[in-house]
Amino acid sequence: MKIKKLDLSEENVEFLVKISDLSGETVTLCEQCGTCSGSCPMVSEMDITPSQMVRMVQLGESEVMDTKAMWLCASCFTCTVRCPRGLDLSKIAEALRQITLRKAVDYIDIRDLSKDEMKRLPQIALISAMRKFTG
Amino acid sequence: MADDNNGPRIGVYVCHCGGNISEVVDVDQVRDFAGELDNVVLSKDNTHMCSDIGQQLILDDIKEHNIDKVIVAACSPQFQGETFMDVLEKAGLSPYVVRMANLREQCAWPHFNHPDLATQKAKVLVNGAVANVRNSEALERQSMTIGKKVLVIGGGIAGIQASLDLGDAGFEVYLVEKDPSIGGHMAQLSRTFPTEDCSACILSPKMADVPANENINLLTYTEIDDIEGYIGNFKVTATKKARYVDMDKCVACGDCEKVCPISVPDEFQEGLRNHPAIYAPFDFAVPHRNLIDDTLCVRCGNCVDACKEDAINLDDEPEQIEFTVDTIIVATGYDVFDPSEKKVYGYGKYKNVITAMEMERMIVAGAEGNPIRNPGKKIAFVQCVGSRDEQIGREYCSRVCCMYATKMASLLKHSGPHRDVYIFYTDLRAFGKGFEEYYKRAQNMGVKFIRGRVAEALADDPEGRVTLKVEDTLTRRIIESDFDTVVLSTGIGLSKSTDKVADMLRLAKSEDGFLKEAHPKFKPVDTNIEGVFLAGTVQGPKDIPDTVAQASAASSRAIRLMNRGEYPIEPIVAFAHEEMCDGCELCVAACPLNAISMAEGKAEVNDALCLGCGSCLSSCPTDALDLHMYTNTQMLDEVTNALKDKKEGETRILVFADDTCTYRLADSVGTAKMSYATDSVIIRVPSGSRVTPKLMLQSLALGADGIFIGECEDRTSPFPHSGEAIRENFDAVTRILEEEGVSPERIRFVSFVTVMLGGFVNNVDSLVRLAKDLGPIPEDKREALVKDLNAKLFGVRTQA
Repeated sequence: MKIKKLDLSEENVEFLVKISDLSGETVTLCEQCGTCSGSCPMVSEMDITPSQMVRMVQLGESEVMDTKAMWLCASCFTCTVRCPRGLDLSKIAEALRQITLRKAVDYIDIRDLSKDEMKRLPQIALISAMRKFTG
Repeated sequence: MADDNNGPRIGVYVCHCGGNISEVVDVDQVRDFAGELDNVVLSKDNTHMCSDIGQQLILDDIKEHNIDKVIVAACSPQFQGETFMDVLEKAGLSPYVVRMANLREQCAWPHFNHPDLATQKAKVLVNGAVANVRNSEALERQSMTIGKKVLVIGGGIAGIQASLDLGDAGFEVYLVEKDPSIGGHMAQLSRTFPTEDCSACILSPKMADVPANENINLLTYTEIDDIEGYIGNFKVTATKKARYVDMDKCVACGDCEKVCPISVPDEFQEGLRNHPAIYAPFDFAVPHRNLIDDTLCVRCGNCVDACKEDAINLDDEPEQIEFTVDTIIVATGYDVFDPSEKKVYGYGKYKNVITAMEMERMIVAGAEGNPIRNPGKKIAFVQCVGSRDEQIGREYCSRVCCMYATKMASLLKHSGPHRDVYIFYTDLRAFGKGFEEYYKRAQNMGVKFIRGRVAEALADDPEGRVTLKVEDTLTRRIIESDFDTVVLSTGIGLSKSTDKVADMLRLAKSEDGFLKEAHPKFKPVDTNIEGVFLAGTVQGPKDIPDTVAQASAASSRAIRLMNRGEYPIEPIVAFAHEEMCDGCELCVAACPLNAISMAEGKAEVNDALCLGCGSCLSSCPTDALDLHMYTNTQMLDEVTNALKDKKEGETRILVFADDTCTYRLADSVGTAKMSYATDSVIIRVPSGSRVTPKLMLQSLALGADGIFIGECEDRTSPFPHSGEAIRENFDAVTRILEEEGVSPERIRFVSFVTVMLGGFVNNVDSLVRLAKDLGPIPEDKREALVKDLNAKLFGVRTQA
């Protein structure tokens, strides 16, 4: 892995504004203390920590969309009740998910599934896989 | 230009402010307009009125043209008001016959994108100011006599330093401390950062100096019951709690302690050791005498028998004492945050989670060769416990924790180099003199600093090691690690005992809950109450050097008032027109400061008590009560002229802005170049409660389409009762508006703090919009509003 340079371009600022608008949270308020990450019950499964996710948004790094952390957020709100700056991180994660969800791309076509698969797959997984505009 | 030899001779000076004003407002037009106003004998403009040349211009005109009243149409009076008052005084005039029309902050700046409208508004502002100054009284700067006695509340390092400074300077000090010894929190500390002086060693000589100073009356174990009065005449009532031990006989030998059957946690030792019911506070206490805590004593009498000096008297009684002082220094200090409020850290649940103050006492005990318990090999400091945390309502940084943790970590490394000491921090703040170097020294010793706020502490065994969960935010690794001892670096907040004192003295609080200074930059130790000063952490978190500096500053500010035997007072106080007063006494009850009394059937205002809010004026049915600088005549004249040129189809609202918050807020809005409707005229009042129901109704009758009163929030106002007074006035006006079929939405009251810039803009704009939607108040209704006004406001009583 090489160190990539980060350009603080207008696009970066736009991404920050977009996530701030979508989430209704003032993302710039995060002071990067890490309370959320230390509190997160899912953090060991994540590729980046919650505070890192927020940091990438602050810097407008749209590469955050390629990470999985937001999809692993269980919306348990532990980070939200502990954040010393009063940020609601679950809303920020939801905003990031919405960016993808609003593209309305189905990752699974239900017609491609066999009857057997349909039987064995949990219903909730199927619904989640097709969740769109449910925010 | 009216040149009336009998009337006042007003000079108007319009300032360009080097373009700040003249680039928006057509200064020539304003100057010419002012020249035509009644009693204005000359009207000039200048690029910088505040410069020597500008000031000289006024001085020369006063001399050559016999100008006796002055309008400076320039910046905010908050900014340069004093300058022009001094100019008038220099010319031999009263400094109170100058007014400033605020053309910069409240016209050119907020209305920069509407130059024409701004010029119109500038004329309105000048017109109002001229009307106001026309009947201004030639008040004199006044002074009161004052003695040389000071009450210092709190015997921590702040109170000690202030008392010693005052005592050394020859002032008589009453130092009141609620605990049995002076010394405060500093007496508990191990060493002080960044020099690592032993805290007790540097403090104890200062403590000893206090009783040795002949000018200091030391009153320990004494609580203030009440303080009444005002600068130069504060009456203090206090209770000396019963000590049950004769201070003259006791030699603190400790014989009594050995026979006492009681054993309770010792507060000074943070509960880590016990003491009996009869005890000496600590080994370098001042006064170093034993006492009995009567909440613990079972009256067994063992100590009485054991005392060789016959010093113990179980029938001792508390004693109430009274004295008067001229000034007061409040140095009541801080309380450490109670970490059991922050449940994630398990304080009180896990034995090995302790507070920083407990660690201080453990370090002291260890250094004295009498260890309380071994902190073990692996130790963690958890920063920001009770600081910078909105979840517990404490947004502020406590300022001392980073450095005391660094200090204790260094001391622990020093006494046990094998130890692994970690400091988990949010941001490391090493801002003071020598702090950065100290931080580096600790790193050099091997103290490990990890940037991450601890999320939680867990332990399987409440007596065992404690696991901390925390992200190292620099590498994004989640740390989960066990520690022998976890030290919570608890923050500091205002001490509980301060609330009582603050209530007695009516002191204002800041947003952070600490007591508020009169001005954050230039009056950092003064308060909203004249003659009352703040020293130390009561004003906000600070370390020992800052506390001592502030204590010396507070004593010097107190000396400044007392040294000459008299001090200047503002003449902005209420007064009664004797011939108009019918002795109804309504004002006596209306004044929350009890500044009004009756003398020979007429109202009389005590100038020293009156704060000049003007709220009493509303209570007077005969208009006998009045306020200097803001008299009924002046206010009505200003309103009249501010509405005079309003043409048909135009809208105009009056914004009565209190001097402390709203007027400054409006200035800040202008400075920030934020825009609001030009259809608004800001009128300066000492407090929104000065705007009587009568003045509001008169304003509407004269053509105001809306009235907006802005006032400081109660907790930050110098007049904490004013909000209530304004609401009462609003109730009265609302009732009359409803009776006459005028929408009460036209009047609005908002409490402000000086940072609510957007709030100010929104309120002005929305009221203007509303007034436009409602249209003007029809003429017949306007007339009806002020018909039989006294009967409407005060009922039949005043019909006679």
